[in-house]
Amino acid sequence: MTLQILQQVDARGLSCPMPIVKTAQAIKAIPSGSLIEVLATDKGSVNDFAAWSRTTGNELVEQSVDDGVYRFVLRRK
Amino acid sequence: MTLTIEQPVEAAAVRVPEPEVALQPEGAARTKELVIVNWSGDLDKVWPVLILSSTAAASGMRCRVFVTFWGLLPFVKDQKRIVGEHWMQKMLALMQRPGIDHLKLSKMNFLGMGPWMMGVLRRKYNVASPRELLEAATAMGVEFIPCQMTMDMFGLKREDLIDEMGEPAGAATAIEIMTEADASLFI
Repeated sequence: MTLQILQQVDARGLSCPMPIVKTAQAIKAIPSGSLIEVLATDKGSVNDFAAWSRTTGNELVEQSVDDGVYRFVLRRK
Repeated sequence: MTLTIEQPVEAAAVRVPEPEVALQPEGAARTKELVIVNWSGDLDKVWPVLILSSTAAASGMRCRVFVTFWGLLPFVKDQKRIVGEHWMQKMLALMQRPGIDHLKLSKMNFLGMGPWMMGVLRRKYNVASPRELLEAATAMGVEFIPCQMTMDMFGLKREDLIDEMGEPAGAATAIEIMTEADASLFI
């Protein structure tokens, strides 16, 4: 199954809380059930995206790290 | 004499029906709410207020910030330098320059040296400024409620404050929204 990512957020270099704030603004633009990809370098974003996913109900479907860049894929509730 | 208070007829007519359970977000009975009382005008207090309020809005919560005492000065429009009518109100504005870009530190201010160093570090580590956070917070629907009593005491008029501020209110409003919220903070 291929996952269609409809929206990307480049939050590299940004500190807390801007990766979350920018993601929250961007996720509004995509329909329910579709995916958004976020790139961030803030180390705190690992815990923060997990918490944000629990608070908002937007599912964190994928998470990885490559050379200090964290990648999160979330499905809009 | 007996005093009878009749139930107003309109009250029943305008009552909004409870929303259908099926229409509400999964797992949430209602929107969660955060209320913050922003009492301080210091950089090290206003900054976290803006971080938490914008994050609450980003987390799908309703967030209201009751802005009172020294906390009101950062919400004065940029072009306003001296506010108030009384000479003491003008003196206050002179001693603590209003506006979101002119916050002082509660500790280690050292005549502006502390805030300047915070600004350098903030830019080096790409941390959002109070101004950027305020813009994000208002764009995402954080409601800022100015305290009417503070406005009177500081000689602040509604038009002295940024346009995004809500209608002025008092302590009873603050108490009401704090007791109804899921979490309330005094910063």
